[in-house]
Amino acid sequence: MTLWEKMKASPVLGGKEGVISLAVLAAIIFVVLPLGLDIFRLNLIGKYLTYAFVAVGLVMLWGHGGILSLGQGIFFGLGGYAMAMFLKLEASDPLSTKIQSTPGIPDFMDWNQLTALPWFWEPFKSLPFTIFAVLTIPALFAYIIGYAMFKRRVGGVYFSIITQAVALILSILIVGQQGYTGGVNGMTDLRTMLGWDIRSDSAKYILYFVNGLLLFGAIFLSKYIMSSKFGMLLLAMRDKEERVRFSGYDVSNFKIFIFCLAAMMSAVGGAMFTLQVGFMSPSFVGIVPSIEMVIFCAVGGRASLVGAVYGTLLVNYGKTVFSETYPEMWLFLMGGLFIAVVMFFPSGLAGIWDKYATKYGWFKDKAPAKKLEVSTSKVEAQAVLTETSIETSLATDSTGVATKRSPRKKADATSAIEGNKLRGAEA
Amino acid sequence: MFGYSMADIGNIVVMQGFSGLSMFTVLLLMALGLAIIFGQMGVINMAHGEFMTIGAYTTVLLSKVAATYGFTNYYFIFAIAIAFLLAFAVGYFIEFIMIRHLYKRPLDTLLATWGLSLVMQQIFRSTFGAKEVSAELPEWMLGSFKPTPDIDIPINGVFVMVLAALVTFGVYMFMYKSRWGLRVRATVQNRTMAGAVGINTSKVDRVTFALGCGIAGIAGAAFTTIASTGPTTGTLYIVDSFMVVVFGGAASIVGTIASAFGIAQAQSILQFFMTSSMGKVSTLLVIVTILMMKPEGLFASKLRK
Repeated sequence: MTLWEKMKASPVLGGKEGVISLAVLAAIIFVVLPLGLDIFRLNLIGKYLTYAFVAVGLVMLWGHGGILSLGQGIFFGLGGYAMAMFLKLEASDPLSTKIQSTPGIPDFMDWNQLTALPWFWEPFKSLPFTIFAVLTIPALFAYIIGYAMFKRRVGGVYFSIITQAVALILSILIVGQQGYTGGVNGMTDLRTMLGWDIRSDSAKYILYFVNGLLLFGAIFLSKYIMSSKFGMLLLAMRDKEERVRFSGYDVSNFKIFIFCLAAMMSAVGGAMFTLQVGFMSPSFVGIVPSIEMVIFCAVGGRASLVGAVYGTLLVNYGKTVFSETYPEMWLFLMGGLFIAVVMFFPSGLAGIWDKYATKYGWFKDKAPAKKLEVSTSKVEAQAVLTETSIETSLATDSTGVATKRSPRKKADATSAIEGNKLRGAEA
Repeated sequence: MFGYSMADIGNIVVMQGFSGLSMFTVLLLMALGLAIIFGQMGVINMAHGEFMTIGAYTTVLLSKVAATYGFTNYYFIFAIAIAFLLAFAVGYFIEFIMIRHLYKRPLDTLLATWGLSLVMQQIFRSTFGAKEVSAELPEWMLGSFKPTPDIDIPINGVFVMVLAALVTFGVYMFMYKSRWGLRVRATVQNRTMAGAVGINTSKVDRVTFALGCGIAGIAGAAFTTIASTGPTTGTLYIVDSFMVVVFGGAASIVGTIASAFGIAQAQSILQFFMTSSMGKVSTLLVIVTILMMKPEGLFASKLRK
């Protein structure tokens, strides 16, 4: 068996189509963009790709889990701020801050009459702790929110509203506590990481590739999870939560896990954002950025991991182009995009692609070999899946197995009325 | 306590309490509209703040017209009516072209209405400019009322409170004492059965949504008496009003009043003793914590799910 055949047969990668789509994305990120763009533009793409971490997390959480979090900016911000705290401490060594009244503390603390480093800043002097914090603090925070909400079976729009309120709280808190967080300006003037100048061109290239590799790591991890039994259960939960619960699964634990995972991915994105852009501010934490990140995911296709990356790149590119040339047009366009995507293309770019790829038979496996390896548990989950309601069958499974559109339509009010009218006419 | 004498504390509580009351009225009017839309129909309208802004801009424009033609003293009554009608009409239209296609997908309604709010904000900005504008208030609304020398109660505050009380009463009468309200409640409880007994449920939905938007328009008119209006005014209140609705227990008018009062008062009084951002943070934090303990809100109505 050659490598190509092995890859095609792997359920994780999603067959021939999955392998090709990943290879194309890899070629664009690692070859085409670095060769085609100068370092300034490439750094900008790197910045967009950090949002793609959030979008990938949202594909798992929202596209496959059906949980819409409007607070992913919280985790992006927590990760970004953790990294920024480390870099800021390194940038404010006693030598370079000797003009301050208290040398050795970050400049904004000095401006706010703080004379000593607050206790929660102390551990961020070490890089291993910072990396540990980037991964664990957002996950822990997500665990607390998720535990409180999902254990009480709060879901749907309530969850969205509460996560949005948490995002608002955190952004007000960061702006309000200027002395500890740098306030509305955020943490600026970040220069080196362990003595390595992150602002030089070579560092920007290296960080871009590290970021790209981490993003692919996140995509592979998500693909792995989705092709597992857990991925099937997640879809089943999205479509018929009650049935999964009655089958004996603890739905809330699965939801908490996926929420924590999405939070962790967003945090990695936040940390990479700080490293590549050189600052972190509350404008990446609050309600507006959090909801914008949802639209990146929705444009790409809420159920497609690769689509989410393209969606992020496309929307951000559009934002940069339009806000440079026609700033007032941008909000119209963004608002229109929200409405159009939700109303007319609920499965986003990936959905459009799938439609045409299926129509013309591009990149399709000739023999559906992977159907044979479906384990019994998957059959169970699939059985749950086949009875999807209309709204959920709109989203297609990114692993290549298109969920069957259910012909059975739930009897809704209008059809009931029409039915009555018909019956009346007959009588 | 904080270096104030007891008498000072008393006066501060009364005056901050009263400034909290102005905020309470705006929040209440916003939340009443939302409670109708979200509580009765389960639709999340993120553009609700923009409907309030429609009402506010209408009032400002009308005050300019009134100043030119010299009927400043009584234009406000017309302003309230026109603000309501305009917001009602826009809401009716939006329901027709957008919301009704999304009833089955509540999370998607949230995103689509957020998009709508962005578009509306930009329309306001292009039409009225980014600068905040304020209405010219009639003379009888200026000035203040002093029960004791240390306490100062602005008359416009009293006015909007009376307005809010009237609107709340009107909503109550509409929802619980009229044929329309009966149809709305029947549709909420069992849509299919309501349709079967001959209620035009899609028309009920449209009017309910438009009514919620119209009340937001009245909130906007009330808002002009206490602050100036800008393109993004609505967004400042949207999260607060959602918290009011969820905290009070959706679809419960008493709950909405109680939670609007609690949230507005807590913010207003805490803001005096702490910084304004910390006052807001601690209020919201308390609400979120309570909601995590008791997700159905304070006064949940019993609904068969």
